[in-house]
Order: sequence, then C-alpha cells, then structure tokens
Amino acid sequence: MSDCIQLAHGGGGTLMQQLINQELRALYADPTQVLHDAARLELPPGPLAFSTDGYVVQPLEFPGGDIGSLAVIGTANDLAMAGARPLHLSVALLLEEGLPLALLRRLVASMAAAARACELTIVTGDTKVVERGKADGIFITTSGIGAVQAPTPIHPTAIRPGDQLLLSGDLGRHGVAILAARHGLALVPPVLSDCAPLWPQVRALLEAGVRIHCLRDLTRGGLASALHELAEAAVVELAIEEARLPVLEPVARTCELLGFDPLHLANEGRFVVVVPPQARDQTQTLLAASGGAWIGSVRPASKGARVLLTTSFGTERLLLPLSGELLPRIC
Amino acid sequence: MSAARLRLWCRGVVQGVGFRPLVHRLAADLQLVGVVENVAGAVRLDLQGERRSLELLVRRLPQELQPPGALEPLAPEWLPPLVPAPPGLRISAASAQPLGAGLLAPALAADLAPCPTCLAELHDPANRRHRYPFISCSQCGPRYSIATDEPYARAHTTLADFPLCPACQREFDDPTDRRFHAETIGCPTCGPQLQWQGAGDWGADPLAAALALLAAGGILALQGVGGFQLLVAAGDPAAVARLRQRKHRPAKPLALLVADLEAIAPLVELSGPERLQLQHPAAPIVLLRLRPGQREPFAGVAPGAAALGVMLPASPLHQLLAEGFGRPLVATSGNRSGEPLCLDPAEALDRLAGIADGFLLHNRPIARRLDDSVLQVIERRPVLLRRARGYAPQALALQAPPGTALALGGDLKSAPALALGGRVWLAPLLGDLAGPLPQQLLSEGLEQLLERHGPRLVALACDGHPGYASHQLEVVAARRLGIPLQLVQHHRAHGLAVAAEHGLPLPLLVWACDGLGYGEPAGTSGHRLWGGELLWLTASGAERWACLRPFPLPGGERAMVEPRRAALGLLAAAGPEALGHPGAAACRAAFSPGDWQLLQQAIASGCNSPLCSSTGRLFDAAASLLDLCQRSSFEGEAGLLLEGLALQASLPQVAPMPLLPAAGLELGWLDWQPLLQSLLNAGVAPQESAACFHASLAAGLASAAAQAAGRLGATTVLLAGGCFQNRLLLERSAAALRAAGLVPRWAEQLPSNDGGLALGQLWAALADLSIKK
Ligand SMILES: [Fe+3]
Ligand SMILES: [Mg+2]
Ligand SMILES: [Zn+2]
Ligand SMILES: [Zn+2]
Repeated sequence: MSDCIQLAHGGGGTLMQQLINQELRALYADPTQVLHDAARLELPPGPLAFSTDGYVVQPLEFPGGDIGSLAVIGTANDLAMAGARPLHLSVALLLEEGLPLALLRRLVASMAAAARACELTIVTGDTKVVERGKADGIFITTSGIGAVQAPTPIHPTAIRPGDQLLLSGDLGRHGVAILAARHGLALVPPVLSDCAPLWPQVRALLEAGVRIHCLRDLTRGGLASALHELAEAAVVELAIEEARLPVLEPVARTCELLGFDPLHLANEGRFVVVVPPQARDQTQTLLAASGGAWIGSVRPASKGARVLLTTSFGTERLLLPLSGELLPRIC
Repeated sequence: MSAARLRLWCRGVVQGVGFRPLVHRLAADLQLVGVVENVAGAVRLDLQGERRSLELLVRRLPQELQPPGALEPLAPEWLPPLVPAPPGLRISAASAQPLGAGLLAPALAADLAPCPTCLAELHDPANRRHRYPFISCSQCGPRYSIATDEPYARAHTTLADFPLCPACQREFDDPTDRRFHAETIGCPTCGPQLQWQGAGDWGADPLAAALALLAAGGILALQGVGGFQLLVAAGDPAAVARLRQRKHRPAKPLALLVADLEAIAPLVELSGPERLQLQHPAAPIVLLRLRPGQREPFAGVAPGAAALGVMLPASPLHQLLAEGFGRPLVATSGNRSGEPLCLDPAEALDRLAGIADGFLLHNRPIARRLDDSVLQVIERRPVLLRRARGYAPQALALQAPPGTALALGGDLKSAPALALGGRVWLAPLLGDLAGPLPQQLLSEGLEQLLERHGPRLVALACDGHPGYASHQLEVVAARRLGIPLQLVQHHRAHGLAVAAEHGLPLPLLVWACDGLGYGEPAGTSGHRLWGGELLWLTASGAERWACLRPFPLPGGERAMVEPRRAALGLLAAAGPEALGHPGAAACRAAFSPGDWQLLQQAIASGCNSPLCSSTGRLFDAAASLLDLCQRSSFEGEAGLLLEGLALQASLPQVAPMPLLPAAGLELGWLDWQPLLQSLLNAGVAPQESAACFHASLAAGLASAAAQAAGRLGATTVLLAGGCFQNRLLLERSAAALRAAGLVPRWAEQLPSNDGGLALGQLWAALADLSIKK
C-alpha cells in the first residue's frame, strides 16, 4: 500500500528519504534549505522562553482545525503565555503504520500554514514510524523558543489580591467541536474549534504598556482547571461571575443538551490574563475586539485557595476542577 | 452517722434540660453539700453528706430527670470526706471552650419549643412575661442555636450580653423556682427585644407591624430559631405566588405554620401519633396526608403533593405570630435559591432585600444555622426526613460498637457523624457541599473534630465517589493523621444505617433505592451509577444480588434535573419500538426534533450517557412519560408528583418485573420493560398508571427480595435510600414483603436519604476494624 505509511518509511532507507523530501519539506519555511541534524539559530538579545508539548488529539481532523495546526499553535501559545514572541519550533512526528499519506499531507500543510500564522519557523524535526496499533494514527511533539517581550516576569507568583481577571474570548468551542467530531453529532450550525495563535493579543497588551501579572491559556479542563491551577499556585481566592463569561449560543445550547459545562471544556485559542486593578479597563478595551471580557477578581485566600462562581441568580458556589471521571455527584 | 463523699459523672442529655437544678433540689432535700458543675459535656457532682442520702440521690436522679433529659448508667466513686466539709451547695460555672463550627456538639441539648407552663405564662395578663416573645425556662427555649462555647451556661450563649434584672436574678438563684439556673432566663426588662424594619412607623410594636404586613399579603422575613424564615399568609394565593417567584422556588412544597391544629384538621388526616409528633418539643414539620377529595387546599402551597407539611410554633415568637394572625401561615427557609439560611440580621437585610417586604428582627444573635426538621408518621412511628432543629445535636438512641470514629456522609445532603464511647451523634443537615458555606463549615468542623478526637480516632469513613468534596477532605485528613480511611460503598452505607439504627445483626438483605450513588461494579463491563440495588450485607462487605436493569442517562448530571432525559434513556434501552410508541409522545414533545435525534446519537455513541440502575431516575422516567414533570425545579419533584397522582387512583394494576440473568449478579436485573409497556399504554388513565408504577415496583422489589431471602435463609429485609421517603412506595413495599413472610425495616430516627449516610459509614468502618483485629 504505497498511499499509506509503511514501516519502511521509518527504516532510514530510500523510502524515508522520499517521505522527508516529498512530504515533510513543506513544514520548513525555506523548502530549499539543506537539512541537518540540528538547526543553527541567530537569537535576539534578552531572555528566552522555551516550551514543549505532546499532541494526541482524536479525531485527527475536526471542525476548525486538526492535530497539525494544534501542535504548532499549542506550543506557540505556551510561549506567548510567558510573554514571549514565538520564534522557532522543532517538530517530532510519530507515525503509525497505515496512516494514509493523503492525510499526512493535509496535516503537514496545516502545520506549515499554522507556522506562518504564528510568524514562527519550523527549524528542525524528527520522524519515527511505529507498528500498527502502537499509536493512534499520528502523535506530534513540538518544542519552541520565543523571545520574551514582557518587562516583568509573567508568573502565578506575581498575582496579588485585588488583581483583575479577564478572558480573551468565548469559551468551549474547541471542546464542542471535538465532541461533535468524535461522536458523529451533526450540530446545526456546526461549531468550529477556537484554535488560534494568542501572541497577537498578548503583544497588543504588552505594546499598550499593560503590566501583566499572569497569563494562562485554557486547554484541557477548560477555564475551571486553569483558574484552579492559578488559585493554588498563587494561594488566592478567585471570584468570577457566571453572567460575564462569554459563551456563544450554539456552544451554550450544545453543552446544555449534552450535559457539559462550558467552564470545563477545552479551548485552544483562549487565555486568562491577570492584571493590576488600574489596568482593568484598558485590558478590557484591548481584548473586547476579539470577544474578550472582564470575568472577575482576585481575593485573599481567607478560606484557602479556591474558585468561587457567582451564578446569574446572584448566589455563590464553589467551582470545582474536573475530577477525572465525569460522573454525576447527585444522589 | 457516717459521712461520705461521692464523685459522680453524669453523662447523656444533661445540659440545658434542667439537670443541675434537679441535682440541686435533690441535694438540698437530702442535706448534701459540695459542688455541681458542667464539665466537657457532662455534669460532675462532688457531694458530701450521709452515705444513705448519697445513695438515695444516685437512685433518684435517673427517675426524676424529665425528658428530653436522659442519663447514661451511673458509676459512683466514693472518696474520703473533706474536712472541714464544704460550706454549702454550689452550682459552678465551668470555663468556656469555644464551640467553633460545632458540627457535632455532644455536650449540648437541642432547641425546644415553649413548654405548656411557659405558654400559659405567655397568655397570662398578670404574668410579668405576658406576651414576651423570648419567654423560656429550664425545660424549654433555645439551646444549641445560641451556643457559642461549651459547656452549656448563659455566659457561653448569645445571651451573655443580657445581664439579669433583679427579678430574673432572684428566680435564677431560687432553688424552688422553676427558672432556678435556667440559663436562657430573661424578661421584658432585661432580655432581648424585637425590632421592625420595613414600611410604616410601628416602632413601638414590631409584632403588630409584622402582622399587618402579613394581612396585607406581604412577605415577612422573620429571625427564627436556627436562621431566618420567610412567612406569608397561606390563604393568599397571590402572596404565595409572589414568594415563589421572588425566591425562585416555582413548585417545591412549602410548609405551614399554625397556632393550633384545629385550623387544618378538616383538611388532613391527623392521627394520634401525628398529633404527638406535632406537639413534640422539637416542633418539626410533619407531613400530613390530605383527606380524600382535598386537592391543594391552599393554592400554590404544595401543588400536586399528596401531603401538607405542618408545624406548630417552635418558639414563643412564632407562637405570638401564628396566634396573632389566626390563620395558617406559610413558613419557608429564609434564603435565596441554593444558598444557606441567613443568620445575621444585617446579612438578611442585604440578601433577602429582593424577597421580603418587611423584617421582624431581634437582638439575640443566632449562633448556629439549623433548618426546620421534617418527619412523617409511618405505621404510627415517626420517620425523620430531615434531621436538624430540635433533634441535633442530640445523640441517636442506639448503641454503637466501641471505638471513636468519624464519617463524613454524602455531598448533596452533608451530615457527618461521630461515634464516641458507644454513642453516635449525627450533625444537623449542612446542605449541599457545592455551596461555599456548607463546604467551609464541614472543613472547619472536621479540623476541630480531628483536633479534639484525633488521638483516639480509630477510623475515618467516607463515600467511595472520588468527586465528592467530603471524600477529598477525608482523604487528606486520613493521610495527614495516619488513620485508616474506609471508603464505604454508597448503598452498603444506606443499608448499614438502617441495620445500625435497629440494632440488627448482620448478615441482612437490603433493597437500597435512591437517586445515584457510586457503585463498585465487578469487572469492567458493569455500570458505576447505582441506585436500585439488592445487597446481602455481611460483616465483611456487601454482595450484590440484583439491581434494576440499567438504562442510559443522556447528558449525565443534566438528567438529575430533567426527568425527560431519564425517560429517553429508558425508551432507548427498550428499543426503537418504544422510542416511536405513541405513548411516548409527551416525552418526545419535551424535546425539539433535533435534540431528540442528537441525544439518541449521544446515547448510541456513548457521549456522556452513563448507564445507571437508579430507582429515582426510574421515577423520573415515569413522571415524564405521564407528562407530570419534564424538568424538575427541586430534588424528588417527579416522585412527589407521581405519588400525589397515584393516591387518586383505585386499586392499581400490577405489571410484572421479571429478573433477567446478568453477569456478576446472583439474581440478575429487575426488568422494568413490562412496566414501561403498561405506562405507554394509552388506554389507562394517568392516575391509574401512577398507581400501577408504585404497586409494580413494590411488588417487584418484594418478589426479588423473597427469592434472595429464600436462598440465603434471611427473614428481614431493609428498605434503605432516599426513594423510601416516598410514603406510598415504602408502605406498599413493606406490605408486599410481609405478604411474602418477610419482616421489613426502614430508617426512622435519621433520614433514609443521604442525610443518614454517615451512620452506615461509621458502622462499616467500625465493623471492618473489628474484623481485622
Ligand atoms: Fe443515596
Ligand atoms: Mg506545554
Ligand atoms: Zn418553659
Ligand atoms: Zn429580667
């Protein structure tokens, strides 16, 4: 089957050379570049950010994105969350025997497009092939380097009581898109993943002089898990208002129907930003264009690190992180 | 003449019940001298006098202590007499120990409704406490709700800031007075005062202002015993509707407060035992069946329900309001939807501002939050549905195995329990741990209990559900203290709670029927969400003999509040024919066509549609198919409406519930499919279907239990879990079991829902421990 990945594609022989030269060339900014085992980089002066992540999403293609774009944008976003402009990426592809070459071509093209969108270059990579059944089509690992542009460290320990919480855009679209694709649900209208580079929004905040205390992208576990991690790392109480959370109507309706909480669903193009109180309005203005909003504030951890949600009724409840299994709690 | 000295520790319910005054009276009679003092939950006597007189005292104490006082067996200690003898008899005040969260306060007594003598004084124009809203004595009045410290003494309550006037002081000091050492003593001169916040210049008479507001159809916020309450005229449908709308409580039954029972006697069936429970010093809400033909006598108060919740005044202030108004009042908890009761006037004025039209306040602070307790009478015996004001913090009347242990119960109806010295204390219902306040109370209370009892604790127990907040708290505590943690399967705990209460030895059969609990499936194919389980409880665990045939819950937790989803899950499990059946039209119509298809796809592809064997969800499904309730606004609404409808039916048909073989279960699955077919049958009136549902389920449960009992040689079957708060199901199941020659037992002193779970967890922990020894 020549239109699928074979074990020999990873054998180091001619088939492998073909794979790299014909199929994977497109990943690199300069396709004529002669590849070597390591890339030699000219980096700007100043602190660097360095991050790595593995990608195993199913299905491999979903409305609004695929594992390829996710692998590039995800790591670029991790760099942006350190206040860094993404510069260069390395890519390791782990291919399962039998992966259709046509699919691989689409994913490679998608990675290249994502790299252009993130204004970064893929500078080195690796490819392995494993036997059928040892991987789920394709796994991707990316590592990235970025140039830190933030004047002060962006970190949970910089969070102070009184700080304000803002969200960069609407919640839950990536999670819903994945769910629908995974379970063959025909949503009308379809919901597209929110997968998108975050650096442009972060850059806008930095260029406007916003003193960012912390940034956190929302990925697995959604806003709820991200806020919990922040609350625990900074030892503060975070209070957010349900009515302020931007959730698009089709997402809200689908969540309601399928029994998911938009606060727990994954996002791939959203972040929370923590700023001092005086920067709140400016941050809100800067984020509003992309659907961002103020969602709450930071309080002292008088009852321990926790996240409180003020419901639209005006009552408070504890926002719990997603605990592994999704099982009803109620008796 | 032989002088002797006696040291006697008196334990039991001995604080706040006139015990020390009783000792004082007896000791004075018997010419004894020495000291009587409250120490760490007990009363310690150190008395000197004639040996025979001291022995007489030991005999007379248990005989002369009036309920709710109760003494544990006494163990006299004889000491060499002091020389010189103490100068006289002294009741001493012990030093204060902060009560903190006071979740479990073994030393304290429960709050008591006014006693007949105080009521007579309240109504006597010649009495100096005529119409005084805070009248009390050593036999009645607030206790736990005003306690700030232990042991019980005025200085350790929120009355500490009210020094006694000379008249009250004289009564307090006079051993012959019925208010001798009554810690809550007070009068219009020196005690707490009412205050009015609302429209009208009523400054001088807050009570009159409140009554005028109620008469005008207004909503009154009342500073009650264990928190704020909201009151309206029960006979004013517009006022009731306004209360429901402002409180976001569209349908849940509201309770009535009446000054005397004759006002409601023509409407409800009122047996002798029910009268007794209503008049009990705990003043609980008692659920009373409507008389045949009575359908919702107070419009909007308990729509569709078979019973009316009624209570008598729990305090003199309630008494004055109820008799002043002269007609039934609705009395419901003073909170916003989903929040705990307000305690503090300032908090109430803020939080209830959008609900209440006026506030009847006073300056005696409430120290701890207590909901009204709820019970119903089954076969002439009281069965508690919610255990709080009037019962907590008293020990349960049962014998515990030795050993100190702590169990945290469930999450939705959090109520931890403590076993200590052979007795068990169950905390008043805290509420849902999803709320920040209940969770904070639980974690603070847990810390204090660990601090106090940690070194002696032999076990900690909690539910097996890893997502329960109580589970997570307890895991952390157990790890920190190095105490073994017992994860007790939910339905085993429900069953053991009933066994513990009745002192029944294991092994025992139990049908545990509830909403949902975390199961322990054998193998990987079993479902995790249990709720209709026939278990054989043994000393070492529980064998699962049967369960309801599992069906999916599309949308998972969303199905808890939408009976239409349970119905769809049931129909989908039954097959395409059921999904398309004309009898399923009501359920189908509750969804848009797109949603109906999408959820079927979700079920088929396993998208958040877990399988369950829940009896509560089976009730939901039936209520949806009969179009009684597609979305519920409170827990148990479907079952309540189904029961209300069933009571209007004649002798019901009974559909069979056969047992289907299933892996890992001795008897298999109790199949609901024939029952579903009869519910879908369009030729049957809805009330007949509702009655058929109860009768078939009861017969099915009994027949499976009888089969298991036959093979196991069992004679007793426990009926446990929240579904047995449905009186019709409980009574029918009990009757069917008796007809099969079996003895049914159920929870009485504590709720059969998760509010009683902690007792079963304690039992499992202590039993598992004694096996390991
Ligand atoms: Fe339960
Ligand atoms: Mg990463
Ligand atoms: Zn009294
Ligand atoms: Zn006085």
